[in-house]
Amino acid sequence: MGTPGASASEAQIELQGIERVFHLGDSVVHALAGIDLRIDAGEYIAVMGPSGSGKSTLLNVLGLLDRPDAGHYLLEGRAVTTLSPDEQARVRSQRIGFVFQSFHLVPRLTAAENIALPMVLAGLPSRERDERVRQALDGFGLTDRAEHRPDQLSGGQRQRVAIARATIMQPAMLLADEPTGNLDRATGDEVVRLLEQLNAGGVTLLVVTHDAALGARARRRLLMEDGAIRHDERQGAAGHAHG
Amino acid sequence: MRTADLLGFAVGAARGNRVRTALLMLAMAIGVAAVVTLTALGDGARRYVVREFSAIGSNLVIVLPGRTETGGINPGSFVSSTPRDLTVDDALALLRAPAVQRVAPLAVGTSELSVGGRLREGMVVGSTAEFIEVRQFKMAQGQFLPREDWNRGSQVMVIGAKLRAELFPNEPALGQFVRVGDRRFRVIGVLASTGSGLGMNTDELAIVPVSLAQAMFNTNTLFRILVEARNREAIEPAKQQVTQIIQQRHDGEQDVTVITQDAMLATFDKLLGTLTLGVAGIAAVSLAVAGILVMNVMLVSVAQRRSEIGLLKALGASGSTIRAAFLVEAALLSAAGALFGYALGLAGAAVIRALYPTFPAYPPDWAVLAGLGTALCTGVLFGVLPARNAARLDPVTALARR
Repeated sequence: MGTPGASASEAQIELQGIERVFHLGDSVVHALAGIDLRIDAGEYIAVMGPSGSGKSTLLNVLGLLDRPDAGHYLLEGRAVTTLSPDEQARVRSQRIGFVFQSFHLVPRLTAAENIALPMVLAGLPSRERDERVRQALDGFGLTDRAEHRPDQLSGGQRQRVAIARATIMQPAMLLADEPTGNLDRATGDEVVRLLEQLNAGGVTLLVVTHDAALGARARRRLLMEDGAIRHDERQGAAGHAHG
Repeated sequence: MRTADLLGFAVGAARGNRVRTALLMLAMAIGVAAVVTLTALGDGARRYVVREFSAIGSNLVIVLPGRTETGGINPGSFVSSTPRDLTVDDALALLRAPAVQRVAPLAVGTSELSVGGRLREGMVVGSTAEFIEVRQFKMAQGQFLPREDWNRGSQVMVIGAKLRAELFPNEPALGQFVRVGDRRFRVIGVLASTGSGLGMNTDELAIVPVSLAQAMFNTNTLFRILVEARNREAIEPAKQQVTQIIQQRHDGEQDVTVITQDAMLATFDKLLGTLTLGVAGIAAVSLAVAGILVMNVMLVSVAQRRSEIGLLKALGASGSTIRAAFLVEAALLSAAGALFGYALGLAGAAVIRALYPTFPAYPPDWAVLAGLGTALCTGVLFGVLPARNAARLDPVTALARR
C-alpha cells in the first residue's frame, strides 16, 4: 500500500506514520507519535482516551485544521498534507464537516444564516442556498428557529444548527469533537442519534469523546494514549492493535 | 464568495459589534474633522488677508517719502540727511511714465470738522478726482471731487458714510457746508460704506482737493502718491519708471520708497501659506493620532475575531475569501467614518463662518483629499494586515484563540 490509487479497496482515509510535535517551552510533546490508520467510507468511529492523549490533535489533522510534522495522509486516495492552504480549504469545504464541543456558531448570524455560511463561503447561488437551508431546517426540526440568533437558542438547538451547518455541503465525513460535552444527558442523546442517522445515510462519522456510553455506541473504537493508538476494536470483538 | 454576499457579510460584521464599529468610525471621523476644520481655519485666515489687501485697489504702486531700505551709498547720502518733500509736482510728473494709468496724490492731516454746533475730530485727506478711480470707491450720493487744476482746488468736500451719519444725522448732507479750521467746504458727495484699507477707515474720511489740504496743514509734502499701473504686467515697469522720475526730480537721490501692492500681497500670501502649512501640520498630527487609534481598534478587533477567522477556515473559506471579507469591512467602515468626519469638519467650518461672517473658513481641497485619503488608507491597511496574518495561520491555531 502507499501509492495513491494503488490500493484495490479504496480507503477513504489512510494515515501512515503521522507525527505531530508541540514545543512547550523546553519540553517536547509528541501529541501524535506515528499514527497508522485506515478508515473506510461510512464507518462510525469513536476516538477515546484520557486528556492529552492526542484525540483532538488527530481529529484536527484528519480535518486539515492542523498539519502533521511527518507522515502521509491520503484522503480518498489523494495526498492532502502537501496541498496548498487554499486547496486544503477547498477540501474542507467539499468533503469535511466539523462539529465542535462549543458549537462555534457566529453569534451575529441567525440559525438559517449560520447553516448557510459554508455555502456562502463556497459561492453558491442564493436560490440554491435558500432551498438547501429550508430542507436542513426542516430535517433538523429547526424551522421555527430559523430567524433566531444563537443566544436565543438552547444548547441542543445550537448543536443541531452546528450539525446542520456541518452537513449542508454534503461532506463525505463528519468530524465531531466532544459534540455532547456541553449538553445534558437527554439533549446529548438526541444529538448523538442525529449524528448516527447521518452516518446511517452514508457519511463517515468520527467522534472524539470522553463519554464511555457514547463510545460504546460506535461500531469501531480507537483508544488513544500518549499520542498512539493502543486499541482499535470493532463492535463486539475484543481490541487488537491495528498495524 | 459572491460580491453581494461579501458586502452583506461585511455589513453584518460591522453591525454585529456596534461598540467596535462606533469606536472605529469615531476615531476616523475625529481625524478627518480635525483636518478639515483646522485647515479651513488656516486657509480662511490666508484668504481673509489676501481679500483685505485686494480691497485697496488693483495694480497699485505706492510712493512714500523717505527711504525705508538702504540702496547703497551715493553722493546724496553725504549731502543731505533729510529727504526731499514729495510734492504735487512730483505726482504730476509721474503721469509722463508710459506704464502709468492714473496718479492720485494724497495729503493727510487731522482737523476739527464742524457743522452748526456739532464738532468732530476727523481725518482730512487731500487728493484729486483720480483718487476714487485708483482706490475703486463707490459713491453713495452726489459726486466725487471735480477734475480741475491740482494746484487750485474748489472749496468742496466728499465725506465718508460714517462721517455723514454723525455730522448730518437728520438732514441731507449734499449742499451743506462743513467748516474745517477757518475754511468752509460744500459737501458734494458721500462715499458708499466700504470699511478699512491702507490703515485708514474710509467711512470716516473727509476728502478735499489736495491743494486746499496742503494749504490748511501748511505743508508742501504729500503723505503718499498712489499710482495705478495700466495693467497687472505694467506694475513692475511702472515701479521702475516712477522710481526713475522721482530720482531725476530729486537731484539723483533715491529718497522715496516705492512699494507695489503685489509685493505686499505676495509677502503676505507666502506668510499665510506658511501659516496654512503649519495648520496642516497640526492637522497631520491629529490625523496620525487618529490613524494610530484606528490601527489599534482594528488590531484588537481582528485579534478578537481570530476564532471567527479560524471557524471560517474550518468551514472551507480560503485565505483570499477571508482577506476579501475583512478588506470590504474595513473599507466600508473607513469610508463611512471618513465621510462622517468630512461632514463634521464642514459643519465645524460652517460654525466658524457663522460666528465670524467676514472670515472665509473653507477647507482647501488638498487638505480634504489628504484627510480622507489618510483615514481610508490607515483604516483599510490596519483592517486588512492583521486579517491577512490571521488568515495565514493554521485553522486550529486561529480557532484556539478566543
